[in-house]
Formats: sequence, C-alpha cells, structure tokens
Amino acid sequence: MDLKCEQVWLLISDYVDGEVAAPVRAEMDRHLLTCTRCTAVLAGTKNLVQLYGDERMFSVPLDFSPALHRRLSQQTRPERGAAFTWALSLAGAGLAAAAMLLFSLPRFQQPTLLAPMSQPALRVPVANLVVVSDDGKTFHVPGCTYIHGKSRMIPVEEAMKEGYNPCIRCEADLIHRTAKSRSAQEIRAVDADEAGSGD
Amino acid sequence: MSAQAKARSEGGGAPSSEIPQLAYERELIERIRRGERELFAELIRPYERRVYVTALAILQNDADAQEVAQEAILKAFAHLNQFRGEARFSTWLTRVTINEARMRRRKQHHEIMKPFNELESEDDEGQFVPQDFADWREIPSEELERKEVRDLLVKALAMLADKYREVFVLRDIQHLSIEETAEAIGITPGTVKTRLLRARLMLRESLAPGLGGIWSRPLAFEKGTKPWT
Repeated sequence: MDLKCEQVWLLISDYVDGEVAAPVRAEMDRHLLTCTRCTAVLAGTKNLVQLYGDERMFSVPLDFSPALHRRLSQQTRPERGAAFTWALSLAGAGLAAAAMLLFSLPRFQQPTLLAPMSQPALRVPVANLVVVSDDGKTFHVPGCTYIHGKSRMIPVEEAMKEGYNPCIRCEADLIHRTAKSRSAQEIRAVDADEAGSGD
Repeated sequence: MSAQAKARSEGGGAPSSEIPQLAYERELIERIRRGERELFAELIRPYERRVYVTALAILQNDADAQEVAQEAILKAFAHLNQFRGEARFSTWLTRVTINEARMRRRKQHHEIMKPFNELESEDDEGQFVPQDFADWREIPSEELERKEVRDLLVKALAMLADKYREVFVLRDIQHLSIEETAEAIGITPGTVKTRLLRARLMLRESLAPGLGGIWSRPLAFEKGTKPWT
C-alpha cells in the first residue's frame, strides 16, 4: 500500500506522539524516505512540539506564588468550632440586650430636640418654672418678651421632656442674673464676716 | 518513541512513579475536607505553573492570567467537596482554570479580532492542508534562552483560535494525555486528536520559513534573518 501525502499529513500528529500502529508506521516511514514535502512537515511538527514543551518556554512571574499563598492563607485559616461560634453569638446577643435595657432607663433618655442645632438646657435649674406656649418650640423665663401665643407654666424638666428648647435670649439673661445675684450674696457674706471680725 | 511520548501515549493511566503522588494527593484532600484547611497550599503547589500557563494561554495577558489563576485556585478550594475523585485532582483543577479563564474572556469581549484560521474554517473535520514545504531548519531548544524566540513562538500560538490553542496548550505544553485533555476541556478524545493535528500543522505553517511564515513580517527580527541562523 502506497500512502499519499494527504494521508500522511492526517497521521502526522499521531506519528509524532507514537500512536500509529506498527504496519501503518512502516508505510509512513517508507513514504517519508522519498517525500521531501512530508519530511519537512514532520520535521517542523516534531520541532515545535519539542520547543513548546520546553519548561523555558513559559516562566511563571516571580511574584505569582507569594501573592497566591498570601491570599490562600487568608482563605484557609482554620475554622473555629461550632460551639465557639454559638458561644460568641450568645455573648454578643446578651451584650446587646443589656445595652438596650440600660439605655431604656429614664435617666438615659434625652428629650427629642426640635431644632437641629439646639442644645439641652443643662444649666437651667430643674426646679424652676418656665413658660411654654402651644405655638412655640422654646421655653422662657417668666417675663421674657419673646413669649407668643397662649402660654402656660410648667417645670423646666417637664418642658424639656415635652421637647421644648430653652429660649437663647431669656435663658442667657437668667443665667447672667443668677450669677450676678450669687456674686452679690457672696460679697454681702464677706462684708458681714469682716464686720463681725472687726467687732 | 521518547520516554515522555511513551508516558503521554499511555492515556489516562498513571505511570508507576506517579502512583505515590496520587495517593498522597488523595490523603491530602481527605485531610483538608476533615478540617486541615491549611494543607490546601501544599496540595496545589505542584500545579501552580500549570494553572498560570493555562490561564495565560487562554487570556494572552500576564496580569489577567495571574488574577484568573489565583481566582481558579481559590475557587477550587471553596468547591473541593465537589471533587469526586473520578478524575485526577490536577485535571479537575485545570478544568476549573479553563472555565474561569473562559468566563473572564467572555467578560472582556476579547474576541474582537478573530484569528486567521478561525476565519478560514470553523469545522473540526475539515483537513488542514500544509502549503509551505520549505525545509524546516531545526530550532535548537537552547534558542529558547532568547526572549525574541520565545516571543515569536508566543505570538504564533496567540494566532490560533481558542479551541485549537486550548488543546495544544494542555497537550503539548502541559503534557496532559489525550484523555485528560478531553476531560479538562469537556470534549471527546477524538476531537482532541483532530484539533491537536490542526493546531500543530497551523503552528508549523505559521512558523515555517517562506510562504505565510510570520517572520516574513517585521516582528522581533532583523530584516531577512531568522532567530536561529
């Protein structure tokens, strides 16, 4: 049987891999002895298989392996046991519940301030009675000229709980007056002491 | 027949020297599944190069290949329970890598310019007819030390259509058997052989001096010279 070039080309890859049956291989060898075209195809195929199969053909970048193992070590960290996870979850839930309970106590409750820039009236004595009006959002010292509408008197603490904020004008005036009267009292007390010691 | 060719021609059967390695891999996989997760680094260490080169061959870009290779290995770790042990771990890992690289390629719409041979024929069964029968002057392996030679071979490989390049890379660069290549890509062994034949003939044609030889174009070489002359 004489093989044609087209038949040899079809088998050339198997020939290179050594996967052609012995009788066919013998026929191919006979053909290759005289056919320069098929010899060229075979030589080229063998050469490129050898070249591409060489380890030097493709090199792995130096930083590939370290970067890969860094990512792997993050992913493959040993998992905690299920019991540990449950305990951790329970502890977290307990803490959250305790915090909610604590902050629900009245002393932690702050009145809702109506104006975004307003501050609670921390320096106003809690026992003081202040004036609030249904139309306004602020509470006032009795006599403040900025009271509008129908007004009523309630303790400072209650006014703050209802969401009223201190009137910046009369509150400042009140604090100023309180401080002034305290100073006057202190001066009088000192004078009295001095007078007493002078006797 | 060379020893390498003999080992490869044995198909899926593992040479005796590889049997201890396979048994060790099976043991590692069992221990990882039982919770010794850190052993995964040891399991994949021998295959890092294969994963990277496979990704590189498909994507043709070093940065993408590194990223996809890492993703493929992490995915293999996350889905290790899906590895049934019917194929070798290395084959399964290669399949994961190929899928990951194909997904990336699809995302990038990388196939704007179709390789020359894909325009000629999409048919696996059609015979590729060599046109250049100039004497092939053997390129010695030592020439691979030269970057321009490697670049030339890489460019020739890049011109192959994806389906031929994937088969060629697994078979002739990664030295997988016909059966392993078929399993990794998800095609029959017969199709692997057909594609491999065409890939080799097309590469030979593009690298052969003369008609259609890619170094007739001004690539990395001086005008009229060959890298190995």
